[in-house]
Amino acid sequence: MRRLLLPSLLRRPLTEAAPAPDDAALREIAAAVDAAARRRLGRSLSIREVDAGSCNGCELEIHALNNPYYDVERFGIRFVASPRHADVLLVTGPVTKNMREALQRTYDATPGPKWVVALGDCARDGGCFAGSYAVAGGASEVVPVDLHIPGCPPPPLQILRGLLALLEQVDRGAKAG
Amino acid sequence: MPSLIDLALEGRQVAEQRPWPRTIVEFPVWNFAADQLAEGAWSLSGLWGEPSAVHMALVDEETAQAAVISLACPNRSFPSVGRRHPPALRLERTIRDLFGVEAMGPPDARPWLDHQRWGTRFPLGAPAVPGDPSPYPFLPVEGDSLHQIAVGPVHAGIIEPGHFRFTAGGETVVRLEQRLGYTHKGVEGLMAGADLTRAAQLAGRVSGDSTVAYALAFARAAEAALGIDAPARAIWLGALMAELERLANHLGDIGAICNDASFALMLAHCSVLREDVLRAADTAFGHRLMRDVIVPGGVARDLAADGAAAIRAVVATIRRRFPALVELYDNTASLQDRTVGTGVLTPALARHYAAGGYIGRASGRAFDARRSLAYAPYDDLQFDVPVLTEGDVNARVWVRIREVEQSLSLVEQILDRLPGGALLAPLEASANAGEGMAIVEGFRGDVLAWLRVAGGRIERCHLRDPSWFQWPLLEAAIEGNIVADFPLCNKSFNCSYSGHDL
Ligand code: SF4
Repeated sequence: MRRLLLPSLLRRPLTEAAPAPDDAALREIAAAVDAAARRRLGRSLSIREVDAGSCNGCELEIHALNNPYYDVERFGIRFVASPRHADVLLVTGPVTKNMREALQRTYDATPGPKWVVALGDCARDGGCFAGSYAVAGGASEVVPVDLHIPGCPPPPLQILRGLLALLEQVDRGAKAG
Repeated sequence: MPSLIDLALEGRQVAEQRPWPRTIVEFPVWNFAADQLAEGAWSLSGLWGEPSAVHMALVDEETAQAAVISLACPNRSFPSVGRRHPPALRLERTIRDLFGVEAMGPPDARPWLDHQRWGTRFPLGAPAVPGDPSPYPFLPVEGDSLHQIAVGPVHAGIIEPGHFRFTAGGETVVRLEQRLGYTHKGVEGLMAGADLTRAAQLAGRVSGDSTVAYALAFARAAEAALGIDAPARAIWLGALMAELERLANHLGDIGAICNDASFALMLAHCSVLREDVLRAADTAFGHRLMRDVIVPGGVARDLAADGAAAIRAVVATIRRRFPALVELYDNTASLQDRTVGTGVLTPALARHYAAGGYIGRASGRAFDARRSLAYAPYDDLQFDVPVLTEGDVNARVWVRIREVEQSLSLVEQILDRLPGGALLAPLEASANAGEGMAIVEGFRGDVLAWLRVAGGRIERCHLRDPSWFQWPLLEAAIEGNIVADFPLCNKSFNCSYSGHDL
């Protein structure tokens, strides 16, 4: 193990510089994050990921956010195990009819203030699965959506920029309050 | 032992299916095939339906032959294969759910993908109005001091949805029962009537982690149906992408399995290597997962100008860094303590279920479609198929480690010998009709694609994920292990929910 740890100490970190928050995302969520919510959250976000029927491609790129290149925890963004610990639901996939109730119940189990981020083209409107007998549609068919991050799947940097835009709104309000 | 060729002679051959024969048979031959499967003479590679027919794909591993037999079902029923050969059970439940074609006398007649939420029954057959919803009957469990733990469909991590019902005696799992189908998107329904471009996109979105393997299987099946050949350069680029996909997934899995044994250092290092592969893929093919690059007829884009250099650089990085990680895995007693002897899958079961990929190969089943069916360009490349027999989590990790090494070598061989020339064969699809089938080795195991085209559109397409024959084995492998080892066992299998649910 020493052979691994020592070079890691000497190597320069792999972590990328923080990207700028996404402008389009900033505009979309400005209204969704009010001052009261900002005060409560401070500069941190707990995210519960919900796969509502995705092809698992979106999950792969969400996972990548935790690798040392993107290291999402340095921004105060954390993935949590229970909706009861979450501020944000990150929903992927077209919502399948078989997952509709599970998504609704996960949303209901999340305490307010809460936001829903629809990640990937499928979560926007069902993507290429729209119109199937087994698909309800995008995430907004079931729960109110505050922010969309497009892509199939969106690359990690894009996801990060979307989440930072959300965090930015939260933070700005905390200072103002 | 009868050969598949003999079997094919027993019925009426369908002329237009390529490259393997499809034969329409009667009940006795259908039942005979099911018996041969039960006896282990052949492997079941697929079982799928149509509104009034069922098809069964068989593979003879010794002779590297494959064949499809079909049975007409004018009465919407057919003799159960699952009664003789249990690996067919979930497939038969699916045929009933989607097409309303019933297996006669199956030991398990419960619905599978149909959770009574679609607002219709038999959506791909003659749709019917659903009755009142009734609760799903889980298998009864009897015994002293047993308790049940229900998990899912929403799990604690960033993973796909599915339901697991554990029955435990104290810490020990007595039985695991899976309930899947939550991510069922109706892909086969969307396929019907789609043109080849859209159908290829759908195929590439059946299981995101295997988007290359699915695109490849679909493209090869479509080309077979249309009687065209992809140009050599496209075939070699397809294999290059398939090996990059294998590398990325195996590296990710090795790290994630160790992380589930609470050894986060491996995850950190492996996830860096995985990211390096995805970035090289992005440079070379314009998409991190290499989605929508392989299309019927060849590839939609060439390797980027700086692509080969980026891929060679990542191969060099992995060659430099990976051995120390392997050594760390091998020499960390606390990690070995979790993986050795955990979640054992016996070779007999792996063979019975024709388990593909690292799951089969860690339990003594040497099948690898790249070698066993020797499709191009693998017939022209040097590589080993690592096989172990222990069948535990540790063996599944080691098979992945050895496959990473093989894929590195394959990537280099492909880059060294990449032929020039055209990328895409012209599709004169509209005039043609035909059927095609392909079996392609994805990182998880063999993906089967079967389709029928007419007038440039898909009439029927069936895609069979390797997970169909792996999920049931997880139920067996977890028995007698402690509940806390389930995430570790599950990750070592890493079956696809979406690929299975379709
Ligand atoms: S947006 Fe793309 S990657 Fe994400 S779930 Fe849909 S098909 Fe898969």
